[in-house]
Amino acid sequence: MTMKTSTRQVNGVTVVDLSGRITLGEGSVVLRDTVRDLLTKGNKKILLNLGQVNYIDSSGIGELVSAFTTVRNQGGDLKLLNLTKKVHDLLQITKLYTVFDVRDDEAGAVKSFN
Amino acid sequence: MSVKRVSYTLDSTLETVNSAEETATRIATEAGFGDEDITRIAMAVREAAVNAVLHGNAYDPGKKVILAFERTAVDLVITIRDQGRGLDMSKIPDPLAPENLLKTSGRGIFIIRSFMDEVEIHPSQAGTEIKLTKHVHGSDVDGKEASQ
Repeated sequence: MTMKTSTRQVNGVTVVDLSGRITLGEGSVVLRDTVRDLLTKGNKKILLNLGQVNYIDSSGIGELVSAFTTVRNQGGDLKLLNLTKKVHDLLQITKLYTVFDVRDDEAGAVKSFN
Repeated sequence: MSVKRVSYTLDSTLETVNSAEETATRIATEAGFGDEDITRIAMAVREAAVNAVLHGNAYDPGKKVILAFERTAVDLVITIRDQGRGLDMSKIPDPLAPENLLKTSGRGIFIIRSFMDEVEIHPSQAGTEIKLTKHVHGSDVDGKEASQ
């Protein structure tokens, strides 16, 4: 299953709803292009909703890290929302769970940007 | 239980990575592993296949990836071999070191080691072979079936 994304604005925060797999190849490229496009348009508060992402590999993790540092370097912030168990476990063992700001409540996550 | 072995010779493409993962899922399922172990085995095989295709063979169409599964009474043993220049183990960073946490690569081997019971990596000038072992549920590491 390829990855799909859709974006919506919620109180000045861009929520990106992702579904599918973030893996080497198409999934990672889609995520990279999506974040790059948002930054180009000046959207620097980004909340990645991973609730429908059922699989991520090391390349996908690398892409999440890249998105995080790219947004931060441009003065913005990127947070993660609704991790599935598989993604949660992978971020735990790679010690990235404490690097990312991970949320499980969208309204609270949106508020946390301000 | 008799030993069952199957091997595949695959091209150095992204399709091989997906195919290796799918095959690992099928064989781990047939071997009777639970869902979590199946996911972990498949992900370890995927990561090893990524290493073989990208870092080993560097997408060279003249080089192949050899993927083999061997099911014994106590283990599922998977070997992935490439025909690259051999992995330089000294260049594999610790992805958990604070200075490496925000690196965008270098987590594949770590994930493999985290998800499998035993991992052996044999680099040579003819390529790298990585051997992944998962003990079959209900068996101990000495090879005796725990249920007997």
